[in-house]
Amino acid sequence: MRDASIRICGMGGQGVIMSGLVLGRAVSIYEDRWSTMIQSFGPEARGSTCSAQVLVADVPIAFPYVRRADIFMAFSQAGYDRYIDELGEGGVLIYESDLIVPDRRVPDQVRRIGVPASRMVRDAFGTAVMFNMVMIGQLVAATGLVSAPAVQQSIVTSVPEGTTEMNCAAFDLGFQLRRPDRVPDGQ
Amino acid sequence: MLRGETVLRSGKHFMDGNEACAEGAIAAGCRFVSGYPITPSTEIVEHLSRRFPEIGGMFLQMEDELSASICFQGAVWAGVKGMTVTSGPGFSLMMEHIGFAAMTETPSVFVNVQRAGPSTGLPTAPAQQDVMQARWGSHGDYGIIALSPASPQECHDLIITCFNYAETYRCPVLFMMDETVGHMHGKVTIPSMEDIHVVERRISTRSPSDYAPFRVVEGDVPEMTRAGAGHRIHMTGLTHDERGYPDMTTAAQESLVRRLCGKVNNHVKEISMMESRHVEGSDVVVISYGISAQIAGHAVDAVRAAGIRAGQVRLISLWPFDDEAIRNIARSTRHIIVLEMNLGQMVREVERAVRGIVPVHAVGNAGGRVIAPDCVVEKIREVLR
Repeated sequence: MRDASIRICGMGGQGVIMSGLVLGRAVSIYEDRWSTMIQSFGPEARGSTCSAQVLVADVPIAFPYVRRADIFMAFSQAGYDRYIDELGEGGVLIYESDLIVPDRRVPDQVRRIGVPASRMVRDAFGTAVMFNMVMIGQLVAATGLVSAPAVQQSIVTSVPEGTTEMNCAAFDLGFQLRRPDRVPDGQ
Repeated sequence: MLRGETVLRSGKHFMDGNEACAEGAIAAGCRFVSGYPITPSTEIVEHLSRRFPEIGGMFLQMEDELSASICFQGAVWAGVKGMTVTSGPGFSLMMEHIGFAAMTETPSVFVNVQRAGPSTGLPTAPAQQDVMQARWGSHGDYGIIALSPASPQECHDLIITCFNYAETYRCPVLFMMDETVGHMHGKVTIPSMEDIHVVERRISTRSPSDYAPFRVVEGDVPEMTRAGAGHRIHMTGLTHDERGYPDMTTAAQESLVRRLCGKVNNHVKEISMMESRHVEGSDVVVISYGISAQIAGHAVDAVRAAGIRAGQVRLISLWPFDDEAIRNIARSTRHIIVLEMNLGQMVREVERAVRGIVPVHAVGNAGGRVIAPDCVVEKIREVLR
């Protein structure tokens, strides 16, 4: 997959926007292709559902909004509920499997990738803060949308100073899963 | 005050239009901003409040938009380049000082990241409803320039043009962004200083006895000075003579106001910027600006792929309006559609310029969201039916 419309959603504070920034920056700067990112704004951006729309292409992007998502990455049940209908047939659903139960609204031919990312980072690093990087790692491994080195470089220039190593390690944790069937408790 | 390469973040970035606007202002030499932060423009002043201390600039947070829009004009007369930044409700409050800047010929840049109104409206949602207010919002006759960026990259590049125009024409220049370009992240390339064209202020070299701040020596724009540099300055919003002293005669009014309008409106060809493609011999041309122009481009590509001869014109400058260019477009097509995030503003200007040569149709909404390309495609098919 080289072109994609991606919806990322979750609760404010879960790193939804950071995930969009890392992906968009990896594509635009470190692969020198084109990407746009639009984030939800307003009072809803903290503590309740927020979302990022990331578009990726080989050419400049005219319409920066998701109309039919090719990839839907969900960090919370409320976010899943709000945006699942946007996911197109044949798309990819990547979700935090300890926090979300997918339902029958998932369209046909969708690849479902459940990742217990919070548990994984807690076990590995003793904190749940960087679980979004595990999710990005899984997205990159599953779709090949952008190269892992480009994302690693993007993480270095996007995350707060002092957290780079841990964020990169969390990304690697997700990336190394490779196949969804190796995910513990995944579907 | 630091200038040159040391202050620029040259290279490729993934940033939003607001940050790009702030970096562009720095590249243009802006070193003073007074503002009253307001959604969706806040990131511009937030970014500058961090960047300015590093490079000898100053951001002052004022008590409201009235003070924000006049404070920086004082800084401009003290010799720096300055601007203020706002959105809808703040823009309304700034109208009086746009008029003051026009009357006192203060090189001034006003950034308006448009959100949906009227009044406080939808603070976090886009619109293009302030384009007529930009032109006519302050009382009296005067000339202004307004530019409209369609991408984060243009937020960077065109704010530099705004500062250049402000120095060249000594008038208010309005940078009409919208919430979508302001908050949208995209690739932004910041060139090196040698590749950026910056117009510096034309400061008079005349002796104090031979200088008057509003005397036109050459062209139709007077030379400026710097307050405290030795020249006598008097400034007033009243009709004034070339020394800046009030002159309450109709003769003074006639000559001053005609010059304030003429120094912009007589230079439409030098100021106006637009991009057009596939116009010649087309059946329909979509005219748009800002983020709506991106939508228009998407729609035009879609119908062209289906064999429809559609063209596109993107207005980069909104004011002054290039009547002649628009009229020439009308002569090259059969229908014109104007796409904008309002219920009909620039479409009136296009209709006026087209003078009935071809039908002019409007596609718009009440703001709050960008118009889907499908609506434009549908309209193109409808007018050609």
